[in-house]
Parts: sequence; C-alpha cells; structure tokens
Amino acid sequence: MYRTTNILESNTQSSSLGETGYMVINVGPQHPATHGVLHLVITLSGETIINVEPHLGYIHRSIEKMCESLTYRQFIYTTSRMDYLSSHINNHCCALSVEKGLQIEIPDRAKYIRIILDELTRLASHQLWWGAMAMDIGAITPFFYAFREREMINDIMEETCGARLTMNYMVPGGVMFDLHANFQKRVKEFIAFFKTKIDEYDEILTGNVIFQNRMKGVGILSKEDAISYGCTGPTARGSGVNCDVRKLYPYEIYNNIQFDEITATGCDSFARYEVRMKEMMQSLSIVEQLIDNIPEGDFQAKTKAVLKLPKGEFYTRVETARGEFGVYIVSEGATTPYRIKFRSPGFSNLSALNHMAKGSKIGDLVAIMGSIDLVIPDIDR
Amino acid sequence: MNENETITQPEVFPGVVHPTAGGGILVSSIDDVVNWARSNSLWPLVFGTSCCAIEMMSTASAKYDWSRFGFEVARATPRQADVIIIAGTIVNKMAPVLKRLYDQMADPKWVVAMGACATSGGPFFYNTYSVVKGADHVIPVDVYIAGCPPRPEALLHALITLQQKIKSGLTREQIRSGA
Repeated sequence: MYRTTNILESNTQSSSLGETGYMVINVGPQHPATHGVLHLVITLSGETIINVEPHLGYIHRSIEKMCESLTYRQFIYTTSRMDYLSSHINNHCCALSVEKGLQIEIPDRAKYIRIILDELTRLASHQLWWGAMAMDIGAITPFFYAFREREMINDIMEETCGARLTMNYMVPGGVMFDLHANFQKRVKEFIAFFKTKIDEYDEILTGNVIFQNRMKGVGILSKEDAISYGCTGPTARGSGVNCDVRKLYPYEIYNNIQFDEITATGCDSFARYEVRMKEMMQSLSIVEQLIDNIPEGDFQAKTKAVLKLPKGEFYTRVETARGEFGVYIVSEGATTPYRIKFRSPGFSNLSALNHMAKGSKIGDLVAIMGSIDLVIPDIDR
Repeated sequence: MNENETITQPEVFPGVVHPTAGGGILVSSIDDVVNWARSNSLWPLVFGTSCCAIEMMSTASAKYDWSRFGFEVARATPRQADVIIIAGTIVNKMAPVLKRLYDQMADPKWVVAMGACATSGGPFFYNTYSVVKGADHVIPVDVYIAGCPPRPEALLHALITLQQKIKSGLTREQIRSGA
C-alpha cells in the first residue's frame, strides 16, 4: 500500500556536484523524452553537461522476487512486461532457459515460428524507436509513419497470439498455439508493403540536414568504452563492437539463416541510428527467408504438466531489440525457481549515458537518450 | 454503472441559436455550455509509466486517432492538462510523484486509470513488495479500463465515457443514486 515517503525531497538536492557555479536540474520522472519514468539529475555549467546521474526505481515492480513464487510456466508472462517492446524475445529467452534445464528438444516448426515472430517484434520495436526518437528531437510526422507499419505487425500478432503487445506466446517446449491460417499471407503483405515504405523513412529523416546536425558527433562512445560499460545491441554495434548474440551464440536456427551483423564505426548517435535502420532490413530478410519454409509438424513438444527443473544453474541469452537479454535460473529441484536474475540490456546501456553526455550541451541529451533506446521497465524490472 | 442508469447526454450543442441580423442570440444554461466545451477539449497529460503507454501512443497514431474526439493535445506538463491517463504500474516510489502531478493540475481535472496495473495492481498484485495496488490509493479515479494492456478502442471508449460524465455535470455519487 501507498505510504508517504520523503524520496522526492531527498532527490532534488542529491547531486554531489551541486556546488557554487554549477546548476543542478532534474529531468523526470515525469518527462516525455525519458520514455517512461527515468529520473536524471543533471549538473550543468552554463549549458554544458558536467554530470548526469540516473535515478532508478520509479517502475521497480519486483519482478525477480515475484518469479520466485511462480512456476516455470507462469513466470514467463512477467517478462513480457519488462521490455514490452521485445516481449516475444524476452519470452523466448525464458522458454529457452527452461528447456535447457529440462533438456528437451523442440519441434522444427516451433523454432521457425519463434524466429519469425522474434524478428517481427524487432521490426516493430525499431519502428517505434524511430518514431519516438524523431519526436524527441522535434519531428512529429515520423511518429505517424512508423505507427502505420507497426499497426500491421500488431494485427499479425493479434491474429496469431491473441494480444497486440504482451503476447506470452512462447511456452516451454514450443509455442502456445499453431499459427493462424492467415499468418503467411498477412506477413507477405506486410513485407511487400514495408519494402515500399522503408525508403520513405530515409527520405523524411535520415537525409535531413537538421537531423544529421543534431545526431552526428553527439554522444561519442568509443569501442573500448562500449565494451567496458557492458553495452550491447545497437548501442555497442554503433561503436563497432561485434556483439550480436544471434551470430556469436546462435540459438534455435539462427546459424542456418543468411543475415549480416550490422556494425558502424561512427561511435556517435547517428551511427546507432544507422545500425537500427539497417537492422530493420536484416530482420525483414530473415522473415522473408523463413516465411515460405515453415515445416509441417507439431508446434509444441510434449512436456509434463508440472515442470521441475533439476538442481543447478541455467543461463541463456538472446538478442532483443536493445541488446543481450539473459535469464539466469537457479533451481533447487522444485516447481518454482530458487532465484531468477534477468540481465537486461537497457541497464548497461544506461550506465554509459553519463559518459556519452559529459561535455555536450543540454539540448543534445535528448538526442543521445533517444539513440540508446531506453525502455525503463526493462531497466528497473 | 448499470445499464438502466442513464447519463443525461446532450448529443449536440446544448442550446438554441436564434439568428438575428449581424449575428445570433444563444439561449442556453451556462453550466451546459461550459460542460459541453470542457468535454470536447480534454487535454491529456503524457503520463506513461510502462506498457500501457505504448497502447496510448497507438491510440494517438493515425489508425485510431484520438484527435477525432478532441484529445490530441497531449501535454507534458500537468499545469496545462485536464485529464491524467495513468498508463502503467504505479510503484511506491512513483506514488508521491503521481500525487504531486495531480495536485499541480488546474481544476477541473479528471483521472483515467488505464489497464489492470493502474486499476488494481493487476498482474503485480501478488508477491510484490513495491507495487501500489491501484492508483486510486493515491488519487481519485473517474474511469477505469480493464486489460493488460487495454486495446486502443478500450481507451477511446473510456475517454468517451469520461466525456459523457463531464457533459452530464453529475458526480459519481449522483450517477450511482440515479439523480
């Protein structure tokens, strides 16, 4: 239940650098550019950023603690609500780690369905990022462009999984239902439509001079720093780090699929932007390769009604739209996990924000935050 | 609200305009006109804490287009907003912030609790130590929406219901007692 706390009072003056000559301002927790409820305490000297201190916990829902009292089938739904833009991929990772513990092999059909839906989720996530980031730095129109295509993916998801956003479609052993009869037709329609529209994305935003001036040379993160901060996903690949889990530790059928790991060497916000734009094309090509070749057969392996993992520790990782997501299960042999730890990509990426933003102007902070694509419930969990 | 409890809902402009030379004379009651005007220009506060915020963005996008009903001026500051759509979970650390935002809004103000989390804690009701079990522990709520997350149509329906409530000019107690 709600209790009065003095959190707000203590946070407003909390920067250690709030000395004479510096100005301390608070961005958030209610701020549209923080994509949720991130609280940043920024120390400024004039307009130049001296220090950025993120304060977390405004959407801490104690998911890891909850999972300890949920069974191995039940705990998957909580991860849809962590990184809600990659909910399929989060569920996928949980299902994989339970399957690793149970040592079951899932049918080929389930593997194909999983990968196709993962990549569609990644597309939808990148589309939303594209619209939201453009809106952060002042362009409203891209938001409507992005949601036009995103709604098509949402419709596909809804038809097959029954939900638009938090699908919970992955279960240990495969997927929950078989594909909807319209699935292949709808996905092909989407691919054809999106191919005619992806050029519009570039025309309206990528080549825009104002946009490039706001993105290029801003938020520099060198390759070494990206590695030492533990950045993953497009944030690290924009700095030239090869960190795509789909290539390094291929899971399911990723080692049979032709796709490129996109990296850029610009190390700035624009490089991260480019990586995501090219990743959309890669995801599209992966879906294209698989959509006609979904094998017939079962969509779910036979599993026991009550799942019990053997005593031990199980870790699996997948590549979400934001980076490496890991699920670490400690099992004592019971029907519920003893401890679950989620490795969320947003947390590590956020830790590099101070490094990226230091020395740049306060107006660039929003562009930097947009380029690392934060989802706050993923960070707070 | 039950089916048989009706809200007096002025479907069209609540008044009669008598045309005269060079203009017209409006005959109406001032409360009806004010409520009509307020209900058709509800400015929501951008307050998305988690997943429901994405569905709120979908509602704002072209396919669902909440600007048809007058909600499109989403404000980032509570001082310019009329209705706060609580889109997402409220946790103990966020609760004082929500209260402060509500207090900063100018009267008249309304609250829509979007989704299971804002209504009751939803999927985070059991086994958590940090989630507020419903935003109505912190601020008064006018309309609740079920769903995790609710569809954009559900949000539109809730906002239209709120419009009807504002147009009727009644309080929750009056609506319940059938006044």
